[in-house]
This record gives sequence, structure tokens and C-alpha cells, in this order.
Amino acid sequence: MDFGQLLAIVIGCIFVSNYVLMRYLGLCPFVGVSKDLDSALGMGMAVIFVMTMASLATWLVYTYILVPMGLVYLRTIAFILVIAALVQFVEMVLEKTSPVLHRSLGIYLPLITTNCAVLGVAVVNVDEFMVAGIPRNASFIYTVVNGFSAGVGFTLALILMAAIRERIQLDAIPKPMQGIPITFILAALMALAFLGFTGLKIA
Amino acid sequence: MRAMHELVKGIYKENPVFRIVLGLCPTLATSTSVENGIGMGAAATFVLLGSNIVIAALRKVIPGRVRIPCFILIIASFVTVVELVMGAYLPELSKALGIFIPLIVVNCIIMARAEAFAAKNGIWVSILDAIGMGIGFTLALLLIGTIREVLGGGTFFGYMVFGPNYQPVLIMLLAPGGFITIALLLGFFNLLDEKMKKKTEPARNSKG
Repeated sequence: MDFGQLLAIVIGCIFVSNYVLMRYLGLCPFVGVSKDLDSALGMGMAVIFVMTMASLATWLVYTYILVPMGLVYLRTIAFILVIAALVQFVEMVLEKTSPVLHRSLGIYLPLITTNCAVLGVAVVNVDEFMVAGIPRNASFIYTVVNGFSAGVGFTLALILMAAIRERIQLDAIPKPMQGIPITFILAALMALAFLGFTGLKIA
Repeated sequence: MRAMHELVKGIYKENPVFRIVLGLCPTLATSTSVENGIGMGAAATFVLLGSNIVIAALRKVIPGRVRIPCFILIIASFVTVVELVMGAYLPELSKALGIFIPLIVVNCIIMARAEAFAAKNGIWVSILDAIGMGIGFTLALLLIGTIREVLGGGTFFGYMVFGPNYQPVLIMLLAPGGFITIALLLGFFNLLDEKMKKKTEPARNSKG
């Protein structure tokens, strides 16, 4: 394990190749749940949690079930099932243990199953931290950190967007551009700003 | 008559990308060139067709409460087929589309058609619906891909359009270009819709 690389993963996921603004993942919740700051925060927290857990669970399933049994070609099916089951499980646990948290995150959880950023991070983990199906040294830690920071990057983009959208609510926007189109214009400007991080190198 | 309607509606009236605004992630990520756009469109159409057929056939067997996991499983099976076939026969396209091939599983268009159409209709109508929606999705990718490739690379399908002196607008191929393109296109289609409504409304009023 190498702390330099850990730092590179964190900065890379949050800024340099932000999952929403640079890799076009998770755009549906990015557009759909960014109308006000509170629900953006709730959705962001739920995504961070599920992404971290999903990275962990898919690493275990891939390393201990799919690779030894030679079923690597089933990874898409296996991953989506793991994620769907995980989301259901998290929802049930939250409902029993913390009704307050469940009330604030509950409505976002079912949406997360089809958030492509979650499955995306699981696939990226396998592509980046496994060599021919064999986990690289300390890949487990890299995987979990990658999942967590991808979630943080998603939340950052979502919160920024929600804050901007709250501010432009009363602005005079041409009617055909209202709603989703103007959101994408904002996203383009944010992506342009995030392009500035591209040169960043952490070795 | 109904068959024709199911087939055609996906192209403009209920275009999945521009009118219903679904499946945006693969739309933006794979539309950097016309070729990638068509590849993605074809892959998604195949999955849509397969899943619509199977779900329509099994719609009376699948219990309502567990239908979503069942749909996901069916869709994921077809995606795996596409993944393996593409990896074997079109390795370059497969590399260019990258993680967006496995991510067809969570493409909202496919899930939405399964839930809203195939689970309630017969096999033949579902096939037409899948083909129509698939064509609509592919055309949308083609349009965005053309705009981004022509402006960003100065080429169309790999052929030079503007001659060798053209300075490509590189930003169109990067992330912001995709967002700008889809924003302006959505705005344009909203405007078009409004104009068409205005045109038909007075005609209706004069009749009544």
C-alpha cells in the first residue's frame, strides 16, 4: 500500500475525473435531485454510503466467488444483483435502526440501484485495480477508497449544482431553456471549471 | 394503425432522449464520434429488443412484487451477451465504449420500456415498441455524435469535412461540449414543440 497512490485516487475521483462532470456517470440523479440543497445533501450521503459498501461487496464477490469459479464473464449480472440486494438491505437496516435517517434518505435509496455511477464504480474498480482477474497488492483498500471518494465527488457536484439552481430560480430564463436545458448549460460551465484540474499530477 | 403508431412514436413524439429525457449518461459519454454513437445505439437496441420480448412473454408469470429484480436480471443477461459478442468481434469499438457497455444494464430507457410497456402489452407490440425506441435512441446519438464530431474533430465518420485548414474546437469532444450540445438540443426541441402546439391549437379552436 502506498499513501501517495491513495491520495492520487482521492484527488482524482473528486476533482480531476469527477464521475459526474468528467465521466458522465450518474446524470439522472444529478439533474433530477438537484432542485434544492436539502434533498441534494440527502441523496449525496446515501450515494456515498452505497458506493463504499458496493465497492467492498463487489470486490469480495469478484475475488472470492467469480475468479475461483471461472465465472468472470458473469460480472455484470453479479454486480447488479449485489448492488440491488445491498440497497434493499441498507434500506431495511435503516428502517429498523434509525427511523430518522430512513425518513430523510429512504426515498433516494431505491433510485440508487439504477444510478449508473454505482455500477460504474464497481466496474472501474475491477478494470483498474485487478490485473487479469488477480487483485493487485492492497487492491482491497484502493477499491474501498475509490468507492468512497467517487461518492464524495458525486456529492460535491450535486451540492454545487443544487446551490446554483436555488440561486437562479427567480431569473428570467427563456421558456424553452427552463428546467433541464439550463441545468445542462450550468453543468457545462462547471465541467469547464473542472477541466482546470486536468493538469494536476500527484505522484 | 396501432402497430404503426407504436413503431413511429419513439422517433420523434416520444423520443427517449429529447422528449422523455432518459438514458443521458451513455448518450453523452459515447457521442464523441458518429461511429461510437451508432455502436452504442445498436447495442442498446439489441438489449431493448431482447428484454422487451422476454418480459412481454413472461409478464403473466413474474409476480408483481419482485418484478424489478426479475427485469434487471433479464436485462443483465442480454447485456452480457452484447459484451461478449462485441469483445470478440468488434474489439476496437468495445474498447472505445469501455465501461458503458456493462452500464447498459442501468440505462433508464430499457428499464422504463420494460416497466411502462413490455410488462403490460403483448409480444408483437413490444417488439415494435423496442424497435421504435431503439431507432429513436440511435438517431439521437447520431445527431449529437455528428455535431460533436464535425465541430470537435472536423470529420464525419472519419472523413474530413472542412479541409485541412480547419482548427477543431476540441472542447466539443471533452466533457463540457457534451453538456452544451445536449442543453441546446433540448432547448431547440422544446421550442419546436411549442411552435407546433401553437400551430395546431388555433386550427382546433376554429373547428369547435
